[in-house]
Amino acid sequence: MLEIRNLQANVEGKEILKGINLTVAAGEIHSIMGPNGSGKSTLAQVLAGRDTYEVTEGEILFEGKDLLELSPDERAGEGLFLAFQYPVEIPGVTTNYFLKAALNAVRKYRGEDELDAMDFLAHIKEKAELVDIPQDLLKRAINEGFSGGEKKRNEVFQMAVLEPKLSVLDETDSGLDIDALRIVANGVNQLRSPQRAGIVITHYQRLLDYIVPDFVHVLVDGRIVQSGDKDLALHLEDKGYGWIREDVPGGEPVAS
Amino acid sequence: MIEVKEQKQTYATRFERIEAGVVEGGSASLLAIRKAAFSRFTELGFPTTKHEEWQYTNIAPIAEAEFERMETDTASGSIDDIAPFNFGACAATLVFMNGKFAPHLSAVGNLHEGIRARSLADALSSDDPLITRHLARHAKFDEHAFTALNTAMMEDGAFVYIPPGVVVEQPIHLIYLTSSAQPGSYHPRNLFVLGSSSQATLVESYAGLEGTRYFSNPVTEIVTEAGAVLDHYKIVRESDEAFHVSTLQLHQHQGSNASSTTVSMNGRLVRNDIRTLLDGDGCDCTLNGVQVIDGTQHVDNHLVVDHAKPNCNSREFFKNVLNGKSRGVFSGRIMVREDAQKTDAKQTNQSLLLSEDAQVDSKPQLEILADDVKCTHGATIGQLDEDAVFYLQSRGLDFETARSLLVYAFAREVIDEVRIDGLRNQLDELLIARLPQGQLLRERL
Repeated sequence: MLEIRNLQANVEGKEILKGINLTVAAGEIHSIMGPNGSGKSTLAQVLAGRDTYEVTEGEILFEGKDLLELSPDERAGEGLFLAFQYPVEIPGVTTNYFLKAALNAVRKYRGEDELDAMDFLAHIKEKAELVDIPQDLLKRAINEGFSGGEKKRNEVFQMAVLEPKLSVLDETDSGLDIDALRIVANGVNQLRSPQRAGIVITHYQRLLDYIVPDFVHVLVDGRIVQSGDKDLALHLEDKGYGWIREDVPGGEPVAS
Repeated sequence: MIEVKEQKQTYATRFERIEAGVVEGGSASLLAIRKAAFSRFTELGFPTTKHEEWQYTNIAPIAEAEFERMETDTASGSIDDIAPFNFGACAATLVFMNGKFAPHLSAVGNLHEGIRARSLADALSSDDPLITRHLARHAKFDEHAFTALNTAMMEDGAFVYIPPGVVVEQPIHLIYLTSSAQPGSYHPRNLFVLGSSSQATLVESYAGLEGTRYFSNPVTEIVTEAGAVLDHYKIVRESDEAFHVSTLQLHQHQGSNASSTTVSMNGRLVRNDIRTLLDGDGCDCTLNGVQVIDGTQHVDNHLVVDHAKPNCNSREFFKNVLNGKSRGVFSGRIMVREDAQKTDAKQTNQSLLLSEDAQVDSKPQLEILADDVKCTHGATIGQLDEDAVFYLQSRGLDFETARSLLVYAFAREVIDEVRIDGLRNQLDELLIARLPQGQLLRERL
């Protein structure tokens, strides 16, 4: 489904991604872990098409299409979704309001019929129950005055509504208490299917108790330096990131 | 300066006609006021950008143009012409074609006894004591050339009186439509008097058919007696070649509550002077506004909130959306006089610049002479938030639609406050029509 080859990217001239290689097949969940500043969020933003990051090398194929040639909205239409680490507050636009526009835009892109108001309401009601998000929250301006947990839940809710093929969750677990974490994880798990895939970016192993990944990758200094199964995450939790360096040929000590 | 002299000559000739009684001019006392006003206009002349209050708005094109008095046939105009401005059931609709009352397009049938809603020309000829008491007594012309010109030249407009204690449920709507193919000018004059503890909603729509070129110089005086509640709206959707220079003067008495919203969408040059005198204890005043402009449009809102008495609240909330090479001006002066203790005044002006060439000047001015007051003002000028645009794009909205949605949300904040459902929907449509990808947005939302 997704194939990242030798991806290199800069922000304001500073090299952040230094050659990422990653293949994600349908039905798989991949977790990307790594210390702060290793490039995890940059990878997520580059996948979604943020233009503040400049891709200098490499390619990204999504279902065989050159993702880097597509605008962010076209990527959404193709079935890519990013749950933001820091969801943006947008005064004046209610979640319901904008999601109807968004859903109909991606449906149109996918050659599906646009939903009318009745069908849309039925659709979001079902998805809202999935992530246990109160209906009145959806009538408020997007993320405005939401708590950290509400914002993250809103991200997973939007993901459920838009039904993407590939979901990228950027530190969706940060700032969540255990109840919120379970709800968010439950929402993600409900979407798991042989046709769908996910990339779960996280700092902590905790989330992976609830969203069990098929593969775990460790990103350090702009490169994936280690890959393994879910046990790798447990190992990282136990030992920290320091030990990885010694195992990697030419690896440098992790910045202290 | 030569052009200005010539222009003054044009107006002088016209004034002589009024003086000679060629045009119905009203009572002798009004004639005296007209003379004083014209004399003041002659002294002041049209303001230049050297004048502090006109620093950002160059009205030379008005001064230079040879705008003759707009001639009109009262029977001109059809129901179809005014249909786009109707927004639902009204207690009264007064239509003015090219500045002159058009009875065949107006409807004043359903009014409660004692309410007066009629053309000013009509009221002037019947020597209504309320006219003598209020007309030209509130909007000061001694320092404002355009108000002076209006006071000297006014011919028609609306006179509305709501007796004490009467609540008018449906709005009273004034429609000023310019259809004349010949360029010209007119000076609409409106007087609204809300008796004590009465309540009314007034809407003024100013519009011009495509291709018309004119100068409209309306002055509206509104008096809210003790405890009266006013909801007022002014919609500017003049033609693209039109000049609109207006004054709204509110005079609020004790415990009255006035809210006025000014929406400026179309017109080449629009200047709105919006003033309120809080002349009684415990008044409440809300002045809202939004303008969404493009091309080379120029919209200037000049607000003065005069807190003359204690315990009054005022709120000003104005938003500008500027695209193309348009230019916006906001000037908001809050005066708190010595007596006006416990004043609570708040002013907010937010501008959204959508292009590199658009420009806005925001000028708050506070003059506080009382010591126990709360006055705040805040002005922000910015571009669309790129993070927000990307967020919406990442959900599937294309770049233009994402931007449109954000602009829509920004401007909607003022329109959301409109309390007449039909008018709110009409303004919503007007707003959407002015957005890039507006049509798409309308379908998707």
